[in-house]
Amino acid sequence: MDVSLDLLMNAVISGLLLGGFYAAVSIGVAISFGMLDIVNIAHPAFILLGSYIAFIANTVLGIDPILAAVIVLPAFYLLGMAVYQVYYVAFERRDDQSLRGLSFFFGLLFIAEVGLILVFGVDYRSVNAPYIGPSLQLVLFDLPWRLLVPFLVSMVMAVGLQVFLSRSFLGRAIQAVAQDQLALQLMAANPVKIKRIAFGLSIATASLAGACLIIIQPVEPSIGREYIGRIFAICVLGGLGSFPGMIIAAMTLGIVESLTATFFGPSWAPAVAFGVLLVTLAVRPSGILGR
Amino acid sequence: MRGGPFILVLIAVAAAIFAFGRWLDNSYAFFVAYVVVQYIVLGTAWNILGGYTGYVNFGITAFFAIGAYSSVVLHKLVPAMPLPAMIVVGGVMAGIVGVGTGYLTLRLRGVYFSIATLALAVVVQTLITNWDFVGGARGAYVLRPRTAPLIGGGYIEYLFLIMLGLCVIALATARAIERSSLGFGFAAIRDDEAAAEASGVPTLKLKLIATGLSGGFMGMAGAPLPFYVTYLDPSSGFSLNYAVNAIAMPLIGGTSSWLGPVIGAVLVGGLQEYLRVTISSAVNVLVAGVLMVVFVIIAPQGIVGLFKRKR
Amino acid sequence: MTALLHVEGLGKRFGGFVALEAIDLEVQDGERLGLIGPNGSGKSTLVNCICGTLRNETGSVSFAGEKLDGLLAHQRTRRGLGRSFQLPRPFASLSLVENLRIPILYAVNARSSGVLAGAAIDARCRDVLSQVGLAEKADRLPRDLTQIEMRKLELARAMASEPRVLIADEAMAGLSHGEVDEIIALLIRLNERGVTVVMIEHIMRAVMEFSQRLAVLVAGKKIADGVPKDVVRDPEVVRAYLGE
Repeated sequence: MDVSLDLLMNAVISGLLLGGFYAAVSIGVAISFGMLDIVNIAHPAFILLGSYIAFIANTVLGIDPILAAVIVLPAFYLLGMAVYQVYYVAFERRDDQSLRGLSFFFGLLFIAEVGLILVFGVDYRSVNAPYIGPSLQLVLFDLPWRLLVPFLVSMVMAVGLQVFLSRSFLGRAIQAVAQDQLALQLMAANPVKIKRIAFGLSIATASLAGACLIIIQPVEPSIGREYIGRIFAICVLGGLGSFPGMIIAAMTLGIVESLTATFFGPSWAPAVAFGVLLVTLAVRPSGILGR
Repeated sequence: MRGGPFILVLIAVAAAIFAFGRWLDNSYAFFVAYVVVQYIVLGTAWNILGGYTGYVNFGITAFFAIGAYSSVVLHKLVPAMPLPAMIVVGGVMAGIVGVGTGYLTLRLRGVYFSIATLALAVVVQTLITNWDFVGGARGAYVLRPRTAPLIGGGYIEYLFLIMLGLCVIALATARAIERSSLGFGFAAIRDDEAAAEASGVPTLKLKLIATGLSGGFMGMAGAPLPFYVTYLDPSSGFSLNYAVNAIAMPLIGGTSSWLGPVIGAVLVGGLQEYLRVTISSAVNVLVAGVLMVVFVIIAPQGIVGLFKRKR
Repeated sequence: MTALLHVEGLGKRFGGFVALEAIDLEVQDGERLGLIGPNGSGKSTLVNCICGTLRNETGSVSFAGEKLDGLLAHQRTRRGLGRSFQLPRPFASLSLVENLRIPILYAVNARSSGVLAGAAIDARCRDVLSQVGLAEKADRLPRDLTQIEMRKLELARAMASEPRVLIADEAMAGLSHGEVDEIIALLIRLNERGVTVVMIEHIMRAVMEFSQRLAVLVAGKKIADGVPKDVVRDPEVVRAYLGE
């Protein structure tokens, strides 16, 4: 195998950028699973929803996909709150979360996939934007804007959320509910309301993540399933409840996947996440920076 | 009713159904009935780990496909191998993978096991798609013999008979578990694993037994598939429909009893076929998912639970 | 005489938080030991480490001369260590009788001595239930029980595993005066039959009435261990827990 340094470096760089995007995709689950202990395996479905909305906005109205995502962000937030309300009333309150809660989200994932197939068909869809195509020449490296823009959006989102969680009252309340629900109740804050807001935020991130996704690659309804493995591999590897850990894990996965794709072929990439997940669970389940 | 007589009743019912099918002499009926009975087996298999023990396995497609693809491999290597032997091999392979996955993840929280099974499905699909011997992404053709061995008639009748036999074994196993100390152990794990462990239940060992049985039966249900469809490719072999149906049917029928998956498979399977024929084949697929979400929210004990006398 | 249960230098941390530090505790065969201490002092953590629900980082636990390190909780229960949980954890989908079936099937029957089968199991379950006063509700589900009855069920389930040592973790919390007396009498009867009992409690009346020996845990350390009437007069114990 002819391993040229050039090839290696480019694989690592695109892996790093891809990893940044993976962070955007996982940040919602870092909130819903990492902080609220809700196993929302349907998160990729919401991301795909975001992708398809960006697609429609782009092809029908000519709007930039990221802009479209920002516009529908409030709608996603409300959707998240509604989903949490159903989940809370049906499962959390009855303390029957594991089997039926998981099945609920699995059902949502499936309905979303089939629904998207019915509406959009199984063809790949993509968007057009001025930055898809050209690359930024930086020193010796070739950074495609197609990867760079989602990377930057993702970093902004991550930093923004981290600041919100640590500085604002509401953000700190969310961190509190993640750690000790009873104590929060004794301080006269309503944990259910706070969890609802947090879950709403979690789904809102899916809107932006979806736009990033369709910029990076063409989408079709079944690719959601690939992302479940990636998202949870990243959240577990990074350690639940740690944003910085999640970002490091996302970069790591991105690089490993990129190297695998470059040297072993792209069709092996989906298996990488599972390998990472299994190894992490077997060796260090609390993750790199986990609580 | 004790175990022995129960098996006899099951066999009698199965024989009656088969005889009725022979008398109808309609191969469409056999094709549809095969699917329903296959889902009874898949649903029962899922329920042993899911409903009885409380661990949700989302990777049904992985185990099912391991069974199907092991048949493809065996058929290429040893064309003369009889189907029942392939079923055993498929079951054993799937069972081993199940126990392996379980060993790595069952010492942690249940949700990690569930997530791992989801990822497992994707990985097995990736491996198969990259494996040229079974046709890779292009798929493999399997020639279905013209006539059935032993009983004569169309081969589909033979497939149906085999699946009926598998169904009898699966249901008898499920019922036997329900009434045994193994079943009580499973229930204790489901209700409160730490308390079960403190009461002397070897939780990891029992969970591995459940995972092995569950994966094994799923593999066995998948083994005849290549002969049923004659063309097997990863996107149809790993279709999410199998996974959703295998979970939705026990949840709708009721997870606490062996009867639940049967009711679920007959009702939902029947409804799906009806919708496929009257409206479209895309809509029928949606049914299982929607019904599952509705039932899980409104009637968590399933149909069996609605009729169960309150103690 | 070697102690039946010997805890030596046991330590447990949760991340940076030291829950237990160098705990030494001996429980003699047939003894009635009381264990008291403020909330958060580590009593339940100690029970969890002894019984195998949690793994201690330092020190060891020996039972009947055998080191238990590395053994899982179910293995320890089979050897004769029984415990009830502070917050009741019943098997919600099983009736009370069936709840008690589990330890009989998996702890008692795992021992070579005296395997029960068939109707004998049912009879044993009902017998234990009547000992705690739950005989009439034997075929009901745990959700039909009051909080207090749930605590009795929790004790009954621990008793059903026929332990040599029973650790009762705050089994009397919230009980009325009469009910506390009932449980004390039950535990003493158990002790007279040869079961060593460790009582973890906040109700001082019960502890004083019941214990032959008293140990005090404060902030993860054992600060006293001896005859009850001496321990309660120990100035450190008074300062840390009992108050003036």
